[in-house]
Amino acid sequence: MARSQVETMSLGVGIATGLYGISFGALSVAAGLEIWQTQLLSILMFSGGSQFAFIGVVASGGLASLPAAIASAWLLGIRNGFYALQMKPLLGVLGWKTPIAAQFNIDETTGVATAQSNLADTRKGFWLTGLSVFVFWNLLTFAGALLGESIGDPSAFGLDAAAAAAFLGLLWPRLRELQPIAVAVAAGVIAVVLSPMLPAGLPILIAALAAVVIGGINLFATKSGDEGVNK
Amino acid sequence: MTLTLAILIASAAVYSWKFLGYLVPARFLERPVVSRTASLLTVALLAALLATQAFTTQSEIRFDGRVIALLVAAALLKFRAPFLVVVLVAAVVAALLRTLGV
Repeated sequence: MARSQVETMSLGVGIATGLYGISFGALSVAAGLEIWQTQLLSILMFSGGSQFAFIGVVASGGLASLPAAIASAWLLGIRNGFYALQMKPLLGVLGWKTPIAAQFNIDETTGVATAQSNLADTRKGFWLTGLSVFVFWNLLTFAGALLGESIGDPSAFGLDAAAAAAFLGLLWPRLRELQPIAVAVAAGVIAVVLSPMLPAGLPILIAALAAVVIGGINLFATKSGDEGVNK
Repeated sequence: MTLTLAILIASAAVYSWKFLGYLVPARFLERPVVSRTASLLTVALLAALLATQAFTTQSEIRFDGRVIALLVAAALLKFRAPFLVVVLVAAVVAALLRTLGV
């Protein structure tokens, strides 16, 4: 008998997400984290964007940049709060399961859960996707970390470019309208221009102000559907 | 501060958002200016991280093979290549260009 669609989807998303856990594991070790510290991030932080941000800042600034690494990871985690807000009414009364549901509030679980057509599948999709992403993300983080450890010098293998490409991959689906594109360009330019003058990590936090200014005043806003670029 | 302590603090900080969503009244976070700025914040941070990884080395601005690797990555994303493929190809391109001295 065929498995239900929501089960197949949860498993598929878990495997696909897990696969980029390989690149996270390898880059994290290249950034100077031990294998077990890399694993700790995937278990406890469990949010791809924040994890890449943390190791990205540590890679460029070392131990002196730890406060900036924490702040970057924290600010990138903000969207998880919005996912929680979206999922809360759908998941119903959770009781003791609330802390686990909270940990599972990531891009993928919200995506699968909200794509279902009925409440039972929504709940099933949330929990199954959370579980499968957690398992595959952690297994493949470990595989990636082992791989990174055996590679040696990261720059010789283009791992710095790989990290930039990973950020581009995370950013890409968000660049559908003029406003986020304007924010991305402004933030990128600010971060690079400030890099020679400030300690590593700080330019990234200052660049985040581009979002506060452009979002606060609502500059470059387009009504959704106006942009034909991605059609 | 040790690296491990920083990992624990950062993980708790990220978890605080996840948990907060279950505690605060929806009305506050659903205000357009708040949700808009929050999603733009993600864009700004990712772009800033991307730019510093691609265009700086030890806090100095430098344009090298990584720029080309990034353009290749963008082309692959345009054609909907999987994340892992994009990352791997970018690494290979940068490594090749580096051995050629670009």
